[in-house]
Amino acid sequence: MNDSYLDFANSALGAWLTNALGLPKPLVLERCTAGEAVIKGPVLLGGGGEPQLLEMLAAAFKSMGAQTLAHARLPQWMPVANKAGLMTGRWGVDGQPGEKVKALVFDATGMDDSTQSEALYRFFHDSVRSVLPCGRVVVIGRPPESCKSPRKATLQRALEGLTRSLAKELRRAINVQLLYVAEGAENQIESTLRFLLSPRSAYVSAQVVRIGLPVGLPAGPQSEPADWDQPLAGKKVLVTGASRGIGASIAEVMAREGAEVICLDLPQAQPGLDEIAAKLGGTAIALDIGAADAPQRLVDAAKAQGGWDVVVHNAGITRDKTIANMEEHAWQTVVNVNLSAQERINDALVESGALMTGGRIVCVSSISGIAGNRGQTNYALSKAGVVGMVQSTAPVFAGRGITINAVAPGFIETQMTAAIPFALREAGRRMNSMSQGGLPQDVAEAIAWFANPASSGLTGNVVRVCGQSMIGA
Amino acid sequence: MNTIRRVAIIGGNRIPFTRSNTAYAHASNQQMLTAALQGLIDRFGLHGERLGDVAAGAVMKHARDFNLVRESVLSTTLAHETPAFDLQQACGTGLEAAMVVANKIALGQIECGIAGGVDTTSDAPIGLNEKMRAILLDASRAKTAIQRVSILSRLRPGMLIKPSLPRNAEPRTGYSMGEHAELMAREWGIGREEQDEFALKSHLNLAKAYKEEFFNDLMTPFNGVTRDNNLRADLTIEKLRSLKPAFDRRVAPEQGTLTAGNSTPLTDGASAVLLGSEEWARARKLPVLAWLAFSEVAAVDFFDKKEGLLMAPAYAVPRMLSRAGLTLQDFDFYEIHEAFAAQVLCTLKAWEDPAYCREHLGLDQPLGAIDPNKLNVNGSSLAAGHPFAATGGRIIATLAKMLARKGSGRGLISICAAGGQGVVAILER
Repeated sequence: MNDSYLDFANSALGAWLTNALGLPKPLVLERCTAGEAVIKGPVLLGGGGEPQLLEMLAAAFKSMGAQTLAHARLPQWMPVANKAGLMTGRWGVDGQPGEKVKALVFDATGMDDSTQSEALYRFFHDSVRSVLPCGRVVVIGRPPESCKSPRKATLQRALEGLTRSLAKELRRAINVQLLYVAEGAENQIESTLRFLLSPRSAYVSAQVVRIGLPVGLPAGPQSEPADWDQPLAGKKVLVTGASRGIGASIAEVMAREGAEVICLDLPQAQPGLDEIAAKLGGTAIALDIGAADAPQRLVDAAKAQGGWDVVVHNAGITRDKTIANMEEHAWQTVVNVNLSAQERINDALVESGALMTGGRIVCVSSISGIAGNRGQTNYALSKAGVVGMVQSTAPVFAGRGITINAVAPGFIETQMTAAIPFALREAGRRMNSMSQGGLPQDVAEAIAWFANPASSGLTGNVVRVCGQSMIGA
Repeated sequence: MNTIRRVAIIGGNRIPFTRSNTAYAHASNQQMLTAALQGLIDRFGLHGERLGDVAAGAVMKHARDFNLVRESVLSTTLAHETPAFDLQQACGTGLEAAMVVANKIALGQIECGIAGGVDTTSDAPIGLNEKMRAILLDASRAKTAIQRVSILSRLRPGMLIKPSLPRNAEPRTGYSMGEHAELMAREWGIGREEQDEFALKSHLNLAKAYKEEFFNDLMTPFNGVTRDNNLRADLTIEKLRSLKPAFDRRVAPEQGTLTAGNSTPLTDGASAVLLGSEEWARARKLPVLAWLAFSEVAAVDFFDKKEGLLMAPAYAVPRMLSRAGLTLQDFDFYEIHEAFAAQVLCTLKAWEDPAYCREHLGLDQPLGAIDPNKLNVNGSSLAAGHPFAATGGRIIATLAKMLARKGSGRGLISICAAGGQGVVAILER
């Protein structure tokens, strides 16, 4: 699980050698540690057309305690920011570049036509060299499908090509995301901005996130957590497959966010399961989620605890073989555990009310489900099915105020990936914009973002945690 | 237009002040002034506007910056047709600039203008060695090559390493500003403890103002700095007591009371305020924070009559009060620039001294005491630092916002300046 090349490339000799030989130069990613500022450095704002999100951005930055600066083409920022009580200024004077910044945020919501794209060129041309390592770039647009004018829809769709290319150009562990905010959902952006601008999104890059109207609620003020450092305080969170690897990390991050965790795994994993549950002050459930009675037992367990707030479907299995060589049992088990069981459990928990109003379901898909993988027809079917489940049930569960989203991990440093043969493992690790594998924590942070009570506007999203992997992109 | 109009203070902007040779060590006066102006322009959306005038200045200035303010204006998004000029009255520059612009507005000559100031003691103008400069000028006047060579042969290597440095000293006395303040403290019997306590209050008040985000719409970040870096929010009286006297050697050996803690440090920074007629502000829906109601300038004879160098505000204030028909107690806020804690304390003591008020100020009654809780309530120069010409703009904007927050009231500004001068004003709302 240790990436020794990453350590070497960041040593004095290694830095010189990788430079001389033109080898990949992975940076040690900044990751979230409790109690730190959301973003360590100024945020530079830009915009095109008549940006529509400035007031909400100002409110969010004020709440985050972020320092902002505005590009020369966004002179309207200062009055808006001052009105929100934010100190701000212009980035650079007299046409000169200003100071180094930690993030670039471009509000493209007001751009109506491809002829206005020059504003994007000007902003990023001027500013990309001034972004610090492990910096963040977020472009905010309107969902193309919601735009009334075809030209506006076209321009908004075009943004994706820009963000994906910027993510490949910027390197230095800087990630780039596109955020589509539906009209009326402007006040839902804060939890997402906090995630995308902070070290929590260390291994998430080149993703498209859609924020819509908050589920189950009239478009009112978002349900802000009392304490952004502990947004899950008082929430009960079920994590399946929690005894080790990514599942254990999810449980840890949920506990860090204030949640009371319910750790679930197979009966044979009981020792590890009890250990992690005890460590996090949570409870343990030893149960095979693939069993026929699992949904009912989970409903009972949830009701005994007064209902659950978040369900994280992390448990998953692989039985790899090419389909011609695969036993039917291997097919059935994988599809049952990875997909059918989750469908049954979701339906049972939602219908019984055991998953409470305002609840969150977060699933774990996989890059295999998106890109396909030789020897994983069963697994890829189940993981692509998870994407399908998220998209098909999101509108159904929305009526009960419940969101459902998925993360799709790429190459994550776990015991599972450590078992991959060296050459294949190295290829998997390096073939992404971060030139390294992600950590279980990176997956967990994305799940915590979806689980946040303030993320009511996020449903039906699938976000890859893959460092912009070349595979399946 | 032949009536006198009210002059509105619409808003202000400054960059955070930084101690000399720190964050702005490589910033020029022009860059800092441009940043302060641009922030003000951004805040009030003045892009492309032709303002009536922009008046500002710098005390420490390079010869090449002969048109500093106009050059800065050209670097902003104001209309390039906006006229500008430099003026200089030492530490009174910023307030004097506001008075000049205000007077033009009051007389109807212009509708709006910006007044400001900037100073750097980091990017200081270093001149050639004076002898060397004379030789080079002689050489340039030479008629023949032989003459030129013979003149240039007077050059000596030592001249290169003895440049002409700017000095923080009064040309007529040879004493530094600090030494003069030390002399004043002795004359008025202002003790060390009193000065240290006064300095501590300035830091605590400024720290509180930052905590309350008071400056968020009066300041724009510059070079990554978002607050005055001279501010010590955790300063203690013990720390201030531990500092050694800084200006005692020549004027009060072994008895000095002024330290680096209760004196302002050399500072870099810039500030600007937007002024306009009532009609101009209303037409643009701009806020009126306060009115610039009265102003006055005075000077003292500090070399023949041996008046304290920084006592001029003591003279300027009663003159202005008599014109305004007010007493010293008719104010809600007092903003007395803290060049040195001792300077403020001397001035306050002088106003309470019947003999001094009678003999020096020509008053039947002393002006009396002021409520210390109304003095420099959001901190002043001891904590914020004092980039000479930028202090006036800082004080005007701070006081105007305080009056706007209170809703109504009156504030007094008093600033002492080199050369025995004092610049004072009254803001009202």
